[in-house]
Amino acid sequence: MEIKLENVTYLYEKGTAMQTAALQDVSLVIPDNQFIGLIGHTGSGKSTLVQLLNGLLKPTEGRVLYNGEDINGEGFDKRALRSKVGLVFQYPEHQLFEVDVLSDVMYGPRNLGLDEKTCRERAMEALESVGMPEEYYKTSPFDLSGGQKRRAAIAGVLAMHPRVLILDEPTAGLDPRGRDEILNLISGMKQKLNMTIILVTHSMDDVARYVERIVVMGHGKKVFDDIPRHVFYHHRELEELGLSAPQITYIMRAVREVGIDVKTDALTVEEAAEEVLRALSGHKGRARE
Amino acid sequence: MFKDITLGQYYQTDSLLHRLDPRVKLVGTLVYIISLFVVDSFTGYILAGIFLVCMIRLSNVPVGFIVRGMRAILILLLITMSFNLFLTPGEVIFRAGFLKITKQGLSFAVKMAIRLSLLVIGSSLMTLTTTPNQLTDAIESLLGPMKRFRVPVHEIAMMMSIALRFIPILMEETDKIMKAQIARGADFESKNLIKKMKSLVPLLVPLFISAFRRANDLAMAMEARCYRGGAGRTKMKPLVYQGRDQAAYFVLVAFFAVCVVLRLAPIPF
Repeated sequence: MEIKLENVTYLYEKGTAMQTAALQDVSLVIPDNQFIGLIGHTGSGKSTLVQLLNGLLKPTEGRVLYNGEDINGEGFDKRALRSKVGLVFQYPEHQLFEVDVLSDVMYGPRNLGLDEKTCRERAMEALESVGMPEEYYKTSPFDLSGGQKRRAAIAGVLAMHPRVLILDEPTAGLDPRGRDEILNLISGMKQKLNMTIILVTHSMDDVARYVERIVVMGHGKKVFDDIPRHVFYHHRELEELGLSAPQITYIMRAVREVGIDVKTDALTVEEAAEEVLRALSGHKGRARE
Repeated sequence: MFKDITLGQYYQTDSLLHRLDPRVKLVGTLVYIISLFVVDSFTGYILAGIFLVCMIRLSNVPVGFIVRGMRAILILLLITMSFNLFLTPGEVIFRAGFLKITKQGLSFAVKMAIRLSLLVIGSSLMTLTTTPNQLTDAIESLLGPMKRFRVPVHEIAMMMSIALRFIPILMEETDKIMKAQIARGADFESKNLIKKMKSLVPLLVPLFISAFRRANDLAMAMEARCYRGGAGRTKMKPLVYQGRDQAAYFVLVAFFAVCVVLRLAPIPF
């Protein structure tokens, strides 16, 4: 179960004066069961990239392989692929349409041709995974709050039992609390459901503490592909791409500049606090000697 | 998937035609369309064709871009042509089974095709060189005298410009929702008509909701900026005729006069 991109190039408006390359010669391997952050500034090609992964777009050049099979090859069942590679678009609540939440979540499984009972079971299970209280199952999705709508929409994709779940800016337009809730939910799902998750975002703070691997896109190319700590060393390059390292990295750098000898690769506030304490106690120790 | 439609789009560049007063272009397009129905000889069509080619040259819009827009009406063109070709009574020149082509039918079909193509290219040239906002300004200004008869000219113009402004937004939105539903296993390519209609529900419901949401937001934003209709409202860029606009009107009158003369005293071809 892996997705592989081989030298993929994607051009918009091919053959016209407005031709632009959204992706240029990108190669990428997405193995099973990994939590990946896909990061890039607006227009870096990250949204194009995720649409290539489930066959919504066809690469202009290069191949997208799913378990070694070319997904744009003849006779490849794209609908089956889309149930395996679930894509939650930006502002997914805009796709809700059914009379109640439960039937909306059942839409995906129904399209897979499953029987009514299985659809219902899967929908309930998915709604439970996203933490939707049961009393909302029969309310109209349009009466939900913003954060709940988003949960319902994510459940709509989860109910298809994807092996890979791609979330395009799942925290866009949410307040800080809603943002934390969704991110905690996603990371919880990762542990519970054992699948690959690709989190698309432009905010390093969103992904720093959750993901195992960060892929940074810039101007249609893959710029970095490494574990978070290593990627954040390159904060200058990140800034040139219109991105930034997490705030905590900057704080640690500032701490270091005032003369306290700390490592700057902390990812969370807790880690940073520990590191500062460690460095400070070291100072004191040395001073006493 | 809607990016291929160039008919009715604005093409951003700088040219004499782009700088022309939108009222001239609107009146010009109307005159041109009328003249296409005034002339009925091939000489007349050649004249109209030359006029159009000159205008395209003046507009700096690439010919390929205009031709691509024509693809949208190709089917309409073919249907009109075949109706005229096979159903016009007269002197039979070709027969295959129950289908027959007459001399009159042939000439009719060709004329119709030329007329339609010139008409579509001519009017798309206007939208290619005029922004929707300029166009509604022109309509508002030209319909100005109608205010006396209590026609809400400003409101009509405002509604038009809002409608035009929302076309690309809603198209983009349709594309997005479609993709989102395809990702959930929707099938928009089914051949079965009932299935096809059913598959549109997950597309149309979110689309309507988003249209209403946008309309609401827009109304709120307009109100927040104290919009209260046309009375006493001034423009940032009022339409004022320049020398080139007068020249353009002169060219139009001359062209139309020649068309009328050609109709009344046709040159044998």
